[in-house]
Amino acid sequence: MFETIAAPWRKLGHLTINAIWRLGFAARFFGAILLYSGQSLTRFGLTIREVYFAGVLSLIIITVSGLFVGMVLGLQGYTTLVRFGSADALGAVVALALLRELGPVLAALLFASRAGSAMTAEIGLMKATEQLDAMNVMAVNPIARVVAPRFWAGVLSMPVLAALFNMMGIFGGYLVGVLLIGIDEGTYWSQMQNAVDLYVDVVNGLIKSLVFGAAVTLIAVFEGYDAQPTAAGVSAATTRTVVTSALAVLALDFVLTAFMF
Amino acid sequence: MRPLFSFVAAVLYSTHPGSPLDTFIEFRNVSFAYGERPILKNLNLTVPRGKLVAIMGGSGSGKTTLLRLISGQVRPQSGEVRVNGVDVATLSGRALYEHRRRMGMLFQFGALFTDLSVFENVAFPLREHTRLPESMIRDLVIMKLAAVGLRGTQDLMPGELSGGMARRVALARAIALDPALMLYDEPFTGLDPISLGVIGHLIKKLNDTLGTTALMVTHDVHTSLDIVDYVYFVANGEIIAEGTPEAVRASDSPWVRQFVSGQPDGPVHFAYPAARTLAEDLGFQGESGV
Repeated sequence: MFETIAAPWRKLGHLTINAIWRLGFAARFFGAILLYSGQSLTRFGLTIREVYFAGVLSLIIITVSGLFVGMVLGLQGYTTLVRFGSADALGAVVALALLRELGPVLAALLFASRAGSAMTAEIGLMKATEQLDAMNVMAVNPIARVVAPRFWAGVLSMPVLAALFNMMGIFGGYLVGVLLIGIDEGTYWSQMQNAVDLYVDVVNGLIKSLVFGAAVTLIAVFEGYDAQPTAAGVSAATTRTVVTSALAVLALDFVLTAFMF
Repeated sequence: MRPLFSFVAAVLYSTHPGSPLDTFIEFRNVSFAYGERPILKNLNLTVPRGKLVAIMGGSGSGKTTLLRLISGQVRPQSGEVRVNGVDVATLSGRALYEHRRRMGMLFQFGALFTDLSVFENVAFPLREHTRLPESMIRDLVIMKLAAVGLRGTQDLMPGELSGGMARRVALARAIALDPALMLYDEPFTGLDPISLGVIGHLIKKLNDTLGTTALMVTHDVHTSLDIVDYVYFVANGEIIAEGTPEAVRASDSPWVRQFVSGQPDGPVHFAYPAARTLAEDLGFQGESGV
């Protein structure tokens, strides 16, 4: 009798302790990445190589998505603004929405599903095939050699990708607003120029994307490093990377927005 | 800083008082458990310098843990693992990495870095641990690849190699820094008979020509008995038999006989112990005559 009542509580306690233990492990892992980051800088080629895999190979999905998001913003923004007779403000609406929110957040979500999941799967498979063990036995620290360069590559790539996303989005808004709907070109750009502040909008947006880049990449490399070294384990870790990154990005976005604007 | 550590490690390695010159690896009363599950119990064994020694035993008998203890990836709960007179458990940080630089390990399936070419895989330890000019790295890599008979594969990726070739490239990588100690973790698993013979031959040749001390964990009886100098049998975390290959072949221990000839039943039972009888499991309990 006691057992049937106690079992669910015991399970809850077990899950809670596990979750806290994992959080602590992730924090220690982050500390280890920072501690062993020297090689990522002194042998910058290692980091650049990862920038190629994480950043350059994400260019297509980021630019195409940015373009379409901007075009949709142009359409939706126009149909709403025209009701209030302020269709001229379209440039400002598109730019502010992208720079402050959509650019950093959507680019981070896309980055998590394109590059983050690939990082988790790669590190998880390296673990499953004993490559990380082999490195360790060869007296090479896998955190310094494998994890840290990937982490810094993600942190470096994310703001650039978000900036590209914004640029393509603004261009998409221009395509729809100016070329398709026929808003005056001078108005589109000058309204934007008036409304956007370099520090409040552009720099804060870049800070956001820097934070998101660090969060997404940390989650991706941690999940890979902590994955169960089996096919099922790596697949579960990849899923967790995408889900946890998405939640982390949205939650961090709320916190950062509350502080920034 | 690094030359100083190398120097200290070299001194420790050469003149440690507790190390008779003919013993390279020594396990003294070593016990090890993963959590509650005991893996090794009060185990003693020695590997003489320059010899090729095999540890044999069934799957899950704690063989691979022995290698992890030697490389310092795990530490024993009690007892000492001495390599060249140095207790591995006392090493940490750079001293542990210095210890590992002096050994090479061949993993069960090679563990080649899948994102690097064959050349870069073999060059990996050289690039990480030395500051040799590129031309010398190239020469060394080609020599190591030639030693395992795979000089022509340097531009291939690991995915393009067969299992046996991957194992040979991994062997070339393991000997890149000319280690004093080689560890082999199931080097014969999953190989066709020809590759198996090639790997066995290479292991023996490396041991003979370079004077390397080697410890091989395996359950392949016949290839191993042909090449090793001495054999330990491990079961349930304990050494249950040992001897030279000739002694093992002639052994009348029932366990060794079962292992060497591969009989399905013997001291190691075919059936996993079950709490209930077969009749109970099939629901025949209580019916007369069954």
